[in-house]
Amino acid sequence: MNGLKKGLGLLWMILGPASVIFMFLQAYEKVGLAAEGVQKTNTALQWGIILFIFIPISAGLVIFGYYALKGEYDQLPSGSEEPKD
Amino acid sequence: MSQELQKNSIFKVIGASSLGTLIEWYDFYIFGSLASIIGAQLFPADAGASALINTLAIFAAGFIVRPFGALVFGRLGDLIGRKYTFLLTLVLMGGSTFLIGLIPSYSSIGYAAPILVLILRLVQGLALGGEYGGAATYVAEHAPANKRGFFTSWIQTTATGGLFLSLGIIVLTKNLIGASGFADWGWRIPFLLSILLVGVSIYIRLKMHESPMFTKLKTEGKVSKNPLKESFNNKANFKMVLLALFGATMGQGVIWYTGQFYAQSFIENTCKVDFNDSRYILLWGIAFATPFFVVFGSWSDKVGRKWIMLTGMLLGIIFYRPIYQVFLDDTDFTKVTQQDIQSVSDPVVTRTLIEGTADSLISTSARVTLLSGASYQKIQSHIEFKEKSKAAAVQPDQLKDKQLSTAVFWKFVALVFFQILLVTMVYGPIAAFLVELFPTKIRYTSMSLPYHVGNGVFGGLVPFIATLIASYSGSTPLSGLWYPIGIASLSFVIGAIYLSNKKPVETEA
Repeated sequence: MNGLKKGLGLLWMILGPASVIFMFLQAYEKVGLAAEGVQKTNTALQWGIILFIFIPISAGLVIFGYYALKGEYDQLPSGSEEPKD
Repeated sequence: MSQELQKNSIFKVIGASSLGTLIEWYDFYIFGSLASIIGAQLFPADAGASALINTLAIFAAGFIVRPFGALVFGRLGDLIGRKYTFLLTLVLMGGSTFLIGLIPSYSSIGYAAPILVLILRLVQGLALGGEYGGAATYVAEHAPANKRGFFTSWIQTTATGGLFLSLGIIVLTKNLIGASGFADWGWRIPFLLSILLVGVSIYIRLKMHESPMFTKLKTEGKVSKNPLKESFNNKANFKMVLLALFGATMGQGVIWYTGQFYAQSFIENTCKVDFNDSRYILLWGIAFATPFFVVFGSWSDKVGRKWIMLTGMLLGIIFYRPIYQVFLDDTDFTKVTQQDIQSVSDPVVTRTLIEGTADSLISTSARVTLLSGASYQKIQSHIEFKEKSKAAAVQPDQLKDKQLSTAVFWKFVALVFFQILLVTMVYGPIAAFLVELFPTKIRYTSMSLPYHVGNGVFGGLVPFIATLIASYSGSTPLSGLWYPIGIASLSFVIGAIYLSNKKPVETEA
């Protein structure tokens, strides 16, 4: 199980920037391409909000993947003891 | 802690905490429940679908700032205590909700209207970001370890209870003053009413005592000096914040908001079911499912939190698309034949001048009642051009304000109930799960952030992102579901592999 946790860590590290690139591509393609009936929708603003919010979260996924790769999640604490580092 | 329990019975603690939290959820959700009506008040009359999406964007802004509220008030709660912090959040929430009810419409003050509402909505989001973590922590710190899931699950019912209360008051107000009066000014009443509810809750909360665990820390001089630094600058703690977010709250958030928000929005806006019917379906679903928060919270004390939460996510991933396909199929009246029709009301013809032109839109509207008991408004329209040589442009028929037959109505209630049952699985145990991940001195800060990123950002954006996806050309009405399904799938995989299913242990101060 620990091997799987570490191996998938690499996947999460790749998934973080991949999701940002995907969102940028979607934003680029979709802004101004709203279907008939919603042309007045300001999709640039909405995609701006989405990118602003999800970029830091994607960075968090990269850090999570890095920790997983380093084996930080191999042994989890058994209770809510004081953190030591 | 047993002495403290003797002084304050745990149920008194739960009651006082839950009431305030319920009211905060009520304040937060009336905006979403009235999105289409508020959109018409805040934006130009010809904005059409964009008014709804922009209103959903303002609604979503309240969710987006929740993590910032979690940081600001979580820090405060770890520094000065739980009690005074969540009193402050209650005042901010109640005040901003009341003021939203007083904002003039777009026709009176132009774009100042949506801007002011946006500012107040941001205050609401900040307040809620501070409230939930405080209430959950407060109750958990009064509860014995082996019943923490059971006791905190009462706090978990408040979000659904707040939604129930908001829908109930909206439907009641609308029925009392009529549809046109409600759309014109009556929508303000649920906002204004909030000040009374908050007043009662503040009175009750002022009588509460500080959490025993926090009091102990304070007495021993062990209160954190910098909760933000200790929470996020410490690898041992920060890695748990990330695990809580990606392995639990992210998936839990999208399951919550799909079942309790997107379902109603989809039934009303995509399936075009009548305003009242779409809300009654959700109200019944909530009423039947709410006790299961306590059932699953209590069960998690015995079998652990992990697999109950992950099973809820997995069932959502599997069943969302089939459920929403049934919603679409059962409200599709385009294939109705003459044999299915019981009666058709006298048609009403209206002529509207198209703004900026000399052309007119001619609409013929009639109520069609089917033998099954279902009915709908059928609107046939065409554009009549001033230039006589141009042929009239026939518009697609619109079927709206659908009322369902009794059998289909209860079928929808059962399908919404099932979705909310999944919500109770993922949400019932999560407060106890989060509390147990973090130590007392930085608990408020540490648990609030993943909770509000998961719920506020991933969950709260479900109606907005799903509606946005479904509005693009080439998409189908079910396309929006890929967002919650994708997020829940990712969270399920991470949770299944990385989370441990530890049994409750006594938290340490």
